[in-house]
Amino acid sequence: MINFNVIATASQCKESVIVIIDYQAGNLTSVVRSLKALGVEGKVTRDPAVVAGATRVIFPGVGAAGKAMATLRELGLDQALRRSFARGVPILGICLGAQIILEHSEENQAACLGLLPGRTRALMPAEGLKVPHMGWNQVRFLRKHQVFKNLSAGAEYYFVHSYYPAPAQASMVLGVTDHGGEFPSAIGWRNLVATQFHPEKSGRFGLTILENFLAWDGADVE
Amino acid sequence: MLSKRIIPCLDVRDGRTTKGIKFKNNVDIGDPVAMARHYYEAGADELVFYDITASSNRRNILIDVVRRVAAEIFIPFSVGGGIRNLSDMREVLLAGAEKVSVNTAAILEPALITAGAQAFGSQCVVLGMDVKRVTPSAAIPSGYEMVIHGGRTPMGIDALWWAKEAVRLGAGEICLNSIDADGTQAGYELTLTRMISEAVPIPVIASGGAGAPEHLHQVLTQGRADAALIASMVHYDTYTIADIKDYLARRRIPVRLVW
Repeated sequence: MINFNVIATASQCKESVIVIIDYQAGNLTSVVRSLKALGVEGKVTRDPAVVAGATRVIFPGVGAAGKAMATLRELGLDQALRRSFARGVPILGICLGAQIILEHSEENQAACLGLLPGRTRALMPAEGLKVPHMGWNQVRFLRKHQVFKNLSAGAEYYFVHSYYPAPAQASMVLGVTDHGGEFPSAIGWRNLVATQFHPEKSGRFGLTILENFLAWDGADVE
Repeated sequence: MLSKRIIPCLDVRDGRTTKGIKFKNNVDIGDPVAMARHYYEAGADELVFYDITASSNRRNILIDVVRRVAAEIFIPFSVGGGIRNLSDMREVLLAGAEKVSVNTAAILEPALITAGAQAFGSQCVVLGMDVKRVTPSAAIPSGYEMVIHGGRTPMGIDALWWAKEAVRLGAGEICLNSIDADGTQAGYELTLTRMISEAVPIPVIASGGAGAPEHLHQVLTQGRADAALIASMVHYDTYTIADIKDYLARRRIPVRLVW
């Protein structure tokens, strides 16, 4: 079921350096393995100099916003990410990496990276629903985007989170998910795209998203 | 809407998959990596690997199996059995598991739950509970007691109390196994599942007793479970995961139908 078309894509751009940012926020093994299944070697790094040379950046992470931001600052990765974003490098945020790209998080009342305007908010448990929101859920895509093409209607994606990203501009919300009300689960602006769910744990549709990201030139929503 | 998860459980011993009846008379039914791949393609929402030799015999779980499984499937899977300390947890997670399940060690040393949650995040730490029905008493007011060693050793700990305590300590999910129902294929322990699921804010995976799709329907509705563990009913090809999901979807249970 894995689509290996991306191998051709990767070999076309020989100088591509795909960097996975390691800031001690969870296990990156599954991201690395997913890329490997797509025929691509990701470079796991915490070195801002390596990030500076990246042609594509994956910014994953699980854990608490406060500690994550402290670690990013300590390692100098906050500035490295801001520079990558400014340079137009395609960036994919995943889970915590979709949250701390905003300006602020309700979790630990943390000041965040501010790549996108907006805040990360807490999921409010509705009657009979549990938080963390853990498991498979659908995404209702609101806008066309190169990273979210070739996905089947009714496809579901794997979530594990208690907070969600709320960008300031409605146009930055690319998809929403229902868990006692709809929240933004796919967001993006310019050369940045981010998912609250884990594409690396979301079966073949998740792999399709990663494959799309690897082929994306960083252009904004259509 | 969040889907209810259908989770095949693979018992592993000496690197091979087995399924026991009440943890006895284990039958070898295959290669765990091939089975993982099969269930991934057949629509499993998650997988659970349980090293059944680990607790009793102090064997290390098979990291090699975890690593090979992680290279083959792109859905979450957890690994349990014989996880004794942080370094065991780290090894399993770095080998590619999404979650690690602690059971006996968490009862003997509850601080392990907190340490694991702090080191890896609550979402990685599943509390495995093996529970046996007993006559309610002052020590066991809920009438459900924690047991270890595959049911051989009662711990004198109330299951309802322990579930809440584990949440306080940082567990992110509970895998609730009824020793009474396990291996019977006669249905899940609905009373126990509902009691625990309603008492904790974290997801509860019901385990033990699945023999037919209606059992999953019962435990996901009456039992209020967030997910259902299955074994024999799919290991022996009695049902496919698609059969089960189709049955549930027709009864308006949200399940993942496209994979």
